[in-house]
Amino acid sequence: MTTQTNPQARGSSFWQSNFVYSFRKSPIAIISMIVFLLIALSAFFAPLLAPVDPYNQALFDIMDSELPPVWETYGDPRFIFGTDPQGRDMLSAILYGTRLSLLIGICAVAVQAFLGISIGLIAGYVGGRLDSLLMRMADIQLSFSTLMVAIIFLAVSQAIFGSDTFNKYAIVMLIVVIGVAEWPQYARTVRACVLAEKKKEYVDSARVLGFGPLRIMVRHILPNALSPIFVISTVQVANAIISEASLSFLGLGMPPSQPSLGLLISSGFDYIFSGSWWITTIPGIVLVVLVLVINLLGDWMRDVLNPRLYKGDK
Amino acid sequence: MFAYLVKRAFQAIAVMFVISVVSFAIQDNLGDPLRELVGQSVSEEVREQLREELGLNDSFITQYLRFAWKALHGDLGTSYFFKEPALTVIFKKLPATLELVFGATVIIIGLSVPLGVYTAIKPNGLFSRIVMGLSIVGISVPVFLTAIAMIYLFSVELQWLPSFGRGDVVPIFGHWDTNFLTVDGWQHILLPSIALASIMLPLFVRLIRAEMMETLQSEYVKYATAKGVRPMRIYFVHALKNTLLPVITVGGVQIGTMVAYTILTETVFQWPGMGFMFLEAVNRVDTPLIVAYLIVVGFIFVVTNTIVDLIYGLVNPTINIARMGA
Amino acid sequence: MALLSVKDLTVKFAMREQSVTALDGISFDLAKGERLGIVGESGAGKSITGFSLMKLISKPGFIDRGQIQFDGRDIAKMDEPALRDIRGNHMAMIFQDPMVTLNPVLTIGEQMVETLRAHRKLSLEEAEQIAIVKLREVYIPSPEERLRQYPHELSGGMRQRIIIAIALLLEPKLIIADEPTTALDVTIQADIMDLMLELCQTNKVSLILITHDLGVVNQMTERTLVMYAGRIIESGRTREIINDPQHPYTQGLINALPQQTLPGQPLKQIPGSMPSLTNIPTGCAFHPRCAYATSRCKTEIPRTLRFGAVEVACHEVERLKAGQGKAGTGQPAANGNASANGDTSAYDEASTYDEASANGSGS
Repeated sequence: MTTQTNPQARGSSFWQSNFVYSFRKSPIAIISMIVFLLIALSAFFAPLLAPVDPYNQALFDIMDSELPPVWETYGDPRFIFGTDPQGRDMLSAILYGTRLSLLIGICAVAVQAFLGISIGLIAGYVGGRLDSLLMRMADIQLSFSTLMVAIIFLAVSQAIFGSDTFNKYAIVMLIVVIGVAEWPQYARTVRACVLAEKKKEYVDSARVLGFGPLRIMVRHILPNALSPIFVISTVQVANAIISEASLSFLGLGMPPSQPSLGLLISSGFDYIFSGSWWITTIPGIVLVVLVLVINLLGDWMRDVLNPRLYKGDK
Repeated sequence: MFAYLVKRAFQAIAVMFVISVVSFAIQDNLGDPLRELVGQSVSEEVREQLREELGLNDSFITQYLRFAWKALHGDLGTSYFFKEPALTVIFKKLPATLELVFGATVIIIGLSVPLGVYTAIKPNGLFSRIVMGLSIVGISVPVFLTAIAMIYLFSVELQWLPSFGRGDVVPIFGHWDTNFLTVDGWQHILLPSIALASIMLPLFVRLIRAEMMETLQSEYVKYATAKGVRPMRIYFVHALKNTLLPVITVGGVQIGTMVAYTILTETVFQWPGMGFMFLEAVNRVDTPLIVAYLIVVGFIFVVTNTIVDLIYGLVNPTINIARMGA
Repeated sequence: MALLSVKDLTVKFAMREQSVTALDGISFDLAKGERLGIVGESGAGKSITGFSLMKLISKPGFIDRGQIQFDGRDIAKMDEPALRDIRGNHMAMIFQDPMVTLNPVLTIGEQMVETLRAHRKLSLEEAEQIAIVKLREVYIPSPEERLRQYPHELSGGMRQRIIIAIALLLEPKLIIADEPTTALDVTIQADIMDLMLELCQTNKVSLILITHDLGVVNQMTERTLVMYAGRIIESGRTREIINDPQHPYTQGLINALPQQTLPGQPLKQIPGSMPSLTNIPTGCAFHPRCAYATSRCKTEIPRTLRFGAVEVACHEVERLKAGQGKAGTGQPAANGNASANGDTSAYDEASTYDEASANGSGS
């Protein structure tokens, strides 16, 4: 995607400076950013930071199973956050799990954005029957919740392909299904932007100058839609991470050999009644903090950029 | 009005058609009905003969039409596991899910309207700040985590409330067993309803607050003040009525989301509803039950969305339903 | 005693770093039954003046100092319950755009009845009867049916008539009309103005008419305030101000009227534009656009001085008048005004409002 600024994107440098100014003025935004970067970086460098490889079952020792975190009475200094029933180091599992959750969340949103922006641009620019057809589809798609569509799609593909094949392609499936199900969010907003911008003179002049529709859309209209796209993307990453966690929790996402945060929480749930709270609680806290800081950043961004987002009104 | 209804009905039928095609395609690819019928010890000739008899060698379209015809007559096949018609199984589970959704909806409406209105009227008050802070935490906690946390707190630690099942239910009519007539039933439905409401409630509080704040900025609210109308009337008649219009639209969409979240909630609380049943059916590759679930849930979505659209048209005087068909 | 007496009214808006002054020491009186025009370009502070008279300034704005004596009580010091008793009851307001003023989801009847019942103990039937009478007064056909209708079913002109009817419901002493016809079709504007004039005269209601249209002011009002950048720069009898404007800004406004221009000639616009509130020039705020500006105008805020029937805040006018000794209305104020005077007579000929204005000022 082009991020270079366009002379037509009015006041782009202005919003950037205002953006930075209000960022420095907002302690919540700063703290959220720091926490997010900490989580993101430790997830990115998980292979370097993790004490063991949580995917290599040969490294687990059943003797180490269900050890509590170090600060508890029977804690073991080798396992800071304790171990799961298989004797897997929770810290390593959480680092790798966060990595997976972030990866799936961001890639799924990239898919959403690509589909939604393309469809929104086309619908808004072409207009007419194609527009109303696409928007009708968007309405219908939205009326079926993402999670519902994802659950059904994944459940059925798991049943059809068998869990071995399914587990192999779980990441791709999660990205695709979360990505495809949420395109209308982008499409509606981008379409609204296109409709608003299309009326303005510079689009006419670009057309008179003989620029093709693709160039007009990408170079002239899209930059004006960037701030709502930005705000939506933040919220969508948070939602995608929650969706992935929910699907994995149901056993419809990542396989047990490669647990994401949702699956870690799920595997710990069975042990919550026996008092092994940490298997569920610690990945749960990480998940909530990660989603929370992304949401806080999104909220702050919405306040600063104040874009006109698409609303349900007709 | 009539044209609008026809248009809505047409769209609902189109959506149901797509759902039925998808469901049929799933049925066609998932599992082997012969094996379910006769097991594996039958010779190849007999199998082929059975195939022919069952119409499994017909074209996709013929098979689909047969499927659709049966579906329209309420025949969605027989569950492999329960050995009962799939629809009957689902209708037995439906009340549990609907009561859960109902409980959550009551919580959501009962809390989101007052909280949303209050935080819009007093955006800088301490209570509003707390509510808004909690709401962003609320949307950041996945439903299953809320559910687990509540089980841990109220069932494991405090032992106040049960952690799974529906408890004592009382039949009211037909298959419909209700939770709302026994104390035990109330105790069982409380945590699952709160868990299910936990994800929607913050969304609605924020939505109502945002819409309400926008409405409070409008000229007609300022004009009402200039007429000397009391603040309570301005908030709850002038502003809230306009606020709720977009909320109704979004709310309709969220009903669909809520059905999806029942799968999560029911799994955590082992609530014997449709969602829990669906996941079990998936694990058992109980194809007719999976397909029936898809069709019933799709039908619920389509019906609620159509109703919400109609309500919106009726509540909003500026939409002339009579002319919307054009 | 004056019905309304505004003294040193100052309204500020709290911004991020400091506060911005929107109204700077406004003072004026309004007699019972008098009709007053407030004119100026957009951004001059006319509307804020109108809203602050009802203490209805939106959020970051606040009354910094000054008094608004209305019927012997100071509105600036009133709390909300006391204000509620005044608003819509003793003092009513007509908003600018009738398309957005009425609540779209409430019927006309509900919006009229609630106004009555906010101030008087009336049954629904009694209130509706009063509403129907008032709708008749503003010449709305079949008023009984209108009560059941929603705003979107009515035209803009019809809605503004209803808003006028709502303003009259409780027989207020004062009506503030904020550009009541700007949002309407040109053909309806004159009808609405005629209606308002008629109703004010028959009901003996005071009127504050906020507008940018000097023609309307001429037709409707007896006295006029000219505002610029949050201050009153000229005030007096409407006839004097239209026929013999003193302040260079008022002169510019009158010269800019289309009637003042021969066909084919460009309109004589005042160069430049109204400064924004965050960036009001020092001294006389008008000096960057003024042809007569001297160095004194850039540093010193001109005093408001009375010259005969008008009050003007301008160094140049002050200097000229001082030179002449005694003020006189018919006297042209040197070079610039000779042409202004000639043009004014041209305006009189072109004006269709003349008779009305003569009647109005006679009372």
